[in-house]
Order: sequence, then C-alpha cells, then structure tokens
Amino acid sequence: MHLAYPAVLAALLFSTGLYGVLARRNAILMLMSVELMLNAVNLNLVAFDVWLREELHTGQALALFTIAVAAAEIGIGLAIVLLVYRSRGSSDVDRLRDLREDGPGPPTTPGQGRAGAAATTDSGRQKA
Amino acid sequence: MNLAAAGAHPGFLSPTGVEIVFVLVGLATFGAALVTVTTKQLVHAALWLVAALGGVAVEYLLLTAEFIAWVQVLIYVGSVVVLLLFGLMLTKAPIGPSPDADSGNRPVALAVAVISAGTLVTLVVDAFRTTWIGLGTSAKGSTRVTGEALFRGWVLPFEALSVLLLAALVGAIVLSRRADPANSSAPAAGSPTPTDGGTGGAMDGGTDDAEDADPAADGEGRS
Repeated sequence: MHLAYPAVLAALLFSTGLYGVLARRNAILMLMSVELMLNAVNLNLVAFDVWLREELHTGQALALFTIAVAAAEIGIGLAIVLLVYRSRGSSDVDRLRDLREDGPGPPTTPGQGRAGAAATTDSGRQKA
Repeated sequence: MNLAAAGAHPGFLSPTGVEIVFVLVGLATFGAALVTVTTKQLVHAALWLVAALGGVAVEYLLLTAEFIAWVQVLIYVGSVVVLLLFGLMLTKAPIGPSPDADSGNRPVALAVAVISAGTLVTLVVDAFRTTWIGLGTSAKGSTRVTGEALFRGWVLPFEALSVLLLAALVGAIVLSRRADPANSSAPAAGSPTPTDGGTGGAMDGGTDDAEDADPAADGEGRS
C-alpha cells in the first residue's frame, strides 16, 4: 500500500477536526472535533509504524498512549464542560467571556462584539 | 517490503485490493467526519462520530494493526462517544436542529481548514509519493507483538500512563462533585444547592440561568 493514502487521509481528518474546533460553538462539539484530530494523528502513527517496521513498535505504542491520553482528556474535558454548564447555564464557548479585559459583556455576535468592545476599551484607556 | 521498495514502486493506476478498500473506507470516514463537524443536530454529530471512528478502526485493521483497531473500537466507540452523548444530554442539548451550532467565525475556520488541508496534502503527497508499505503476511500489529513491545520497551511509560489515568479519574470526580453543604468553605464550584443530587441537578441546569447567582451568593453568605 502506498504510504500516501493513510497520510492523506490523516491530513484530511486533521483539517476537518481543525475546522470543527474553530467553527463550533458548543463545547462538546469542540471536544468531538478534538477527537477527530487525535484520530488523525493516531492513523499517522500506525501507518508510519507499519512502514518503518521498528523493533520496539514505537508508533503503535505511541498510538495506544495517545488513545489513553485522549480518554483522560475527554473525561476531564466533559467534567469541566458540565461544571461550566451548571454554573453558567450554557456551554457555548463564545459566551464564556468573563476573563476578558473589559469584563463580562452582553453576548453579542463575535465580530461586532469584538469590534465594539475593542472600541470601548480603547476609549476607556484614553480617558483614563 | 525491501524487495518492493527496491524495485520500481507500483503506480497509483494499478491499485491493489487493499488499497481500493482503504480508499473507499477512507472516503466514508472523511465524509462522516465532515458531517460530524457540519451538522446542525448535536446528537447526530455524536452518531456520525461513531461512523468516523469506526472507519478509522477499519483502516487500522487494513494496516495490519489489529490490537490498535480493537482498542479503538473499545475505547473510542465504546466509551468516548458514550461519554460525549452523556455530556450532550446532561447539558440539555436540543434534539432537533439547533441553528446556532456554529459560531460566527465560521468563514475564518473554513479558510484555515482549507489552507491547512491544502498545505498538508500537498506536502504529504510530495514527500511520500514513492513510498511503499509492504503489508506482509505476518501480522505486525497482533496482540502478541504489541504486547511484547509494550511490556519490554515501554513499561515505564505504560505505568506512568496508568498513573495519569488515575489522576484524570480523581480530577474528574473532584470537578463534578457538588460542594458539600456541611463543608461549604470549599471553593465555589458551580451552584452549591444542597437539594440537588447527582445528575438530576445537572439536568435542570438550564432553568436556573437567571437565578444562578442567588444560590452561589447564598452559599458564600453561609460560609
């Protein structure tokens, strides 16, 4: 088998997961996209392990470790998301803005909200 | 493998059976992944993720990595997706289509993803155009081979990983535990209403959006 096939598939899956992480609003959907990216990396690891045929099977061992780390990550991530949802009533990642510099603003659309917030921050600084 | 690599490498126009199956399953996997990141129905996204992860497991099998394939089925399809579904249901995901599943920076995300895919695919195809994997008859990823590699060369990382899993387990429990009403000096994690218990409290989390600040303030007042 050509190595290009699994490598291209892994690249496509990784880009899909990248799009999901950047474009999704729900935190759990973001976690799903992270899982897709991790799977792309695992596919690469396994393919290169089969290609290089190493004595220690580094690729497969590392793929197993990645799967275990992904399981730990999804457990902790879901606990955090549930905690945020319980305390905020929403798990939308673009509404969690309390740590912004200008304090919690009203949830607006990101582009306008960001531009408006930046404008108010600048004006506030100039006044100060 | 060495013979195949030393000789003229087989072209892309005469694919072997394994390659045809790999490409077909890869197309299905990629399509399922695309639907996962673009669908408006949240539960459907989780179910399409099952299809994508199962497709990746089949690709592992085609790459003769049996053990990884079954671990993938057990852990990802068996537990991670179930955890994600639990998470979706505990956060009261709507069953029908939710039009605000995508945030406002979707065009930027699309541009970044397309640029990334273009760059990676071009680079990978250019680098590994002539590389040939010899999938021999002996299984390189059977349970015996993987186990021997894991417990001969990778024992210490394996044990460290078990400690990591234990730490993640304890961390998840600590994070999701409700603050004890008798011990309310704990850092205010969520809304420490003592009447809520376990998952039932998380199920009605959406309704106390407005009154969320009150129990927290009460808890701090009591402490």
